[in-house]
Amino acid sequence: MSQKNAPAHASPTKTRSNRQRFTWRHKHLIGLQNLAADELNHILDTAEGFQGISQRSIKKAPALRGKVVVNLFFEDSTRTRNSFRLAANRLSADVLEFTSKGSSVSKGETLRDTARNLEAMGIDIIVIRHAAGGAPHLLTQCTNACVVNAGDGYHEHPTQALLDIFTIRERRPLKGLNVAIVGDIGHSRVARSNLWALHTLGANVYFVGPPTLMPSGLDKLPVNVCHNFDDIIGDMDVLNMLRVQFERIGSPVFPSVPEYSRLFGLTSKRMKRAKKDVLVMHPGPINRGLEIESEVADGPNSTILRQVANGLAVRMAVLFLVNQAAQAKTS
Amino acid sequence: MQVILQQNQVAALINSLAEQIAADLPDPASLALIGIRSRGETLAQRLQAKLQAQYGAPVDCGTLDITLYRDDLNQMGYQQPTVRATEIDFNIDNRYIVLVDDVLSTGRSVRAALNALADLGRGRAIKLAVLIDRGHRELPISADYIGQVLDAPQDQRVQVWLSEVDNREEVTLE
Repeated sequence: MSQKNAPAHASPTKTRSNRQRFTWRHKHLIGLQNLAADELNHILDTAEGFQGISQRSIKKAPALRGKVVVNLFFEDSTRTRNSFRLAANRLSADVLEFTSKGSSVSKGETLRDTARNLEAMGIDIIVIRHAAGGAPHLLTQCTNACVVNAGDGYHEHPTQALLDIFTIRERRPLKGLNVAIVGDIGHSRVARSNLWALHTLGANVYFVGPPTLMPSGLDKLPVNVCHNFDDIIGDMDVLNMLRVQFERIGSPVFPSVPEYSRLFGLTSKRMKRAKKDVLVMHPGPINRGLEIESEVADGPNSTILRQVANGLAVRMAVLFLVNQAAQAKTS
Repeated sequence: MQVILQQNQVAALINSLAEQIAADLPDPASLALIGIRSRGETLAQRLQAKLQAQYGAPVDCGTLDITLYRDDLNQMGYQQPTVRATEIDFNIDNRYIVLVDDVLSTGRSVRAALNALADLGRGRAIKLAVLIDRGHRELPISADYIGQVLDAPQDQRVQVWLSEVDNREEVTLE
């Protein structure tokens, strides 16, 4: 049995002496755009403290005992939903699963009414995924519960970005690091959340993909944009490969799969141009052979499964911190 | 603020704790020291060094973070400490575990530590070593090895300062 979970190379950014002093004050986590560096670091530091729980034989701690977490998912999701549920369970919270399909929502109930009904049952934290950007924010205005965004439209997916950054920070200091996010940036909340937090923490972010898959208003974002992957791959420390969304294939913005793979897919041939110790990331689920070749996804540079494991620790930290802030506000 | 024990007196108390532990638990292989973060961590490491010298054999030592197990976690307002990792890289099953803390008062930290340890495994026995026992218990808990019993009024705070973390070494009353 081993509880010593911090690998020797972990967290070069650690500043132990400052850690105990920081106070987290947000009872909601909607996005990373407005969080300061010390707030982001506090979530990541706290997540480090939670890693050990998943490695011991009794994978539970009582920090959220007697609290109720609702998984309120209006979009399909398997891994994010399961990750949040397991994170809540490991902190001893009860979890209520709510899916829009076949529920009161399909009978026409509004988000506000759904939230109020849930609240009447005495819930403490709502984890929400919604196709409309801004839905989690709306929720904060009609409930007293804590709200955690598990992905809203093309807006933000904060816990995914936090687990990506946690995985990078385990291996490298973030400051000055070159991070490429490759693929369908325009429709990616993961890319946005990553951009905000990485920028705040001092990394250089590159959006890589065809012009048709870039968001509008790029000139206002703190990001470098590149349409030719091979031009920059040799300078990158991290390659975060976004999933190709099948519903876009065949549309005018995404004419051909082989063409996309050839230009933006991470093949073993293209990997030869990259730094030897480049980190290869993917938020999952992977389309093998499309945005990433199997050999690379399963290769020594891949952190994909580590990301999944770290996702649990990050989500435990987020659930714990928003609940602590809510308790502090009422006490 | 009043200094009640000075550096050499603190050192003498730690020596006394090491002697009490060694006299009670003669087998270093079955023994494991576990310090309660944060001052207990430092004390456990010092005891480890002294005991290793006395036994002439290695002694396991780890650190327990009890934040998630505290019974006042939801009443602490904005004063919560940061959750940090428990660092125990050995199996605690069937070991004689000596839990180490700086000051024993209400007993609530020890209660939290016992619950945290129960989630890590089943020790052969759990003992408690404290530098200062200042009384005012709120739970039925007592220490097995005590540096010094101190009769201090409840509204005064007994604080142990250790050079590794505080840059000074003394016990104060404030």
